[in-house]
Amino acid sequence: MQTAPSAFQVHATDNVATLLGEAAAGAPVEIVGSAQPATLIAREKIELGHKVALAAIPESGPVIKFGVIIGVATRAIEPGEWVHLHNCRSQLDERSGHFDVHTGEPGDTAYA
Amino acid sequence: MPESAAQLVPDRISDGTWTGYLRPDGRKGIRNHLLVVYTVECASFVAQEIAKDEPDTHVIGFPGCYDNDYAIRLMLALATHPNIGGVLAVGLGCEYTQPHRIAEAVRASGRPAESFFIQEHGGTRSSVAYGKELLASLRARAAADAERVPMTWADLTIGAECGGSDGTSGLAGNPVVGRAFDRLVDLGGTAIFEEVVEMIGLRDLMVARAASPQAALQLGATYDKMLNYCKAVRQYSVAPGNFAGGLTTIEEKSMGAFAKGGSRPIQGVIRVSERPPRAGLWLLDSVPDEHFMQFGYTNPNDTEGIMDLIAAGSQIVLFITGRGSVIGSAVAPLIKVTGNARTYRNMIDDMDFNAGRVLSGELTMNQAAGELMDLIADVASGCESKPERLGHREFFFMYKHQDVPSLEAGCRM
Repeated sequence: MQTAPSAFQVHATDNVATLLGEAAAGAPVEIVGSAQPATLIAREKIELGHKVALAAIPESGPVIKFGVIIGVATRAIEPGEWVHLHNCRSQLDERSGHFDVHTGEPGDTAYA
Repeated sequence: MPESAAQLVPDRISDGTWTGYLRPDGRKGIRNHLLVVYTVECASFVAQEIAKDEPDTHVIGFPGCYDNDYAIRLMLALATHPNIGGVLAVGLGCEYTQPHRIAEAVRASGRPAESFFIQEHGGTRSSVAYGKELLASLRARAAADAERVPMTWADLTIGAECGGSDGTSGLAGNPVVGRAFDRLVDLGGTAIFEEVVEMIGLRDLMVARAASPQAALQLGATYDKMLNYCKAVRQYSVAPGNFAGGLTTIEEKSMGAFAKGGSRPIQGVIRVSERPPRAGLWLLDSVPDEHFMQFGYTNPNDTEGIMDLIAAGSQIVLFITGRGSVIGSAVAPLIKVTGNARTYRNMIDDMDFNAGRVLSGELTMNQAAGELMDLIADVASGCESKPERLGHREFFFMYKHQDVPSLEAGCRM
């Protein structure tokens, strides 16, 4: 997308929003949805359907979407950062943390 | 855009009314298909050859030689589905599952049915020829038996399943289907959703949606069993494609998946091969019960869940995808909905409905739900969904253990 992509914030308490288009590194992202309209700068490339941090999230802090905790930060996350497998993991799924950040390919299964 | 041109829908009388097929049990079908059922993998090739070049004939079957109560209930539920007018059961001759018992049960439902063992009719060629003869006679009887009657939303049971979910599924695809489910329920119809394994972390939300104290107990118990199961097998229902599409955890995926259940009260929980005892919104539990062998795996693929929804009586299943999918289903048509406009464009031959227009602001959620209802009415009226048009008829059965359905939800009324 050439124009500023928007990202959808589902619930007012969410600290992440979902990209509705692709954001380039350094590009402004318009936040739409439940909270006040706002703009933030994507610190890196973020693809459609992926999440951008709306606020600073400390290591071990909750990642909130839909108003519920969807995972825990595995390191400190800055506003505008891509939030995904490299910095967020499930509270339950033991395999979470073993997936390739881009393809989702599992790294915990032996093929030999 | 749904293709709802009037000339394509000869049976659609007006909004919310069309012509269906009345079955002896009072249910109404939107198709009058024949079904070939094989009772062991060894008979599957012959079954597929019998159905080849017979556009109205679908195939299902069970691969195992040893019979399984769960699988037999599933085969019978599909063989007596309202979209099915007649059944041919084909076995090899060695297996535990008996084709003649399937045919008897189908005849008891008021439908024509035949059966045979391949070993008693020569080899592949002669069995295929014999099967095609039986099929021709079943077709004539099914056509003669089929009483055409008016049908409304109250006669419809619709299932919803999602697969290949991405970040758009929880924002557009599933919520639009949820709104359509709300409308269906308000019109007196029956809506079923499943994928309990994608309700991780949502116990309180589920219980809060219960229509009655008993439903609340059922929903809580269903959640607890599911969580024990997932912990025991150390596998959650989230896959590499989901991650690539932006979903990071099963908790995130679950919130999106639950949205397809809309907002109406949940009447209760049915199990595989049970039918909802009354109209309204129901949750289907396909998770194996605790058993000495931990028997069976749940939601191993999308097709299994779709078959379970059809076995519950769904005449149509809505399939919501983000990344894309190229499946269809035997017995009942699948309607493909995507919340990802790019996927809709890339897979235009497979995708029936573009819910991504909600995210681009072209449509409101309510407008999208209205359009989706129109598309459902078209398919119910006889228009082929895109997977149907492409000839998709996938099915999938496996060994599993679930206790005999409870009397309360079993609805033998």
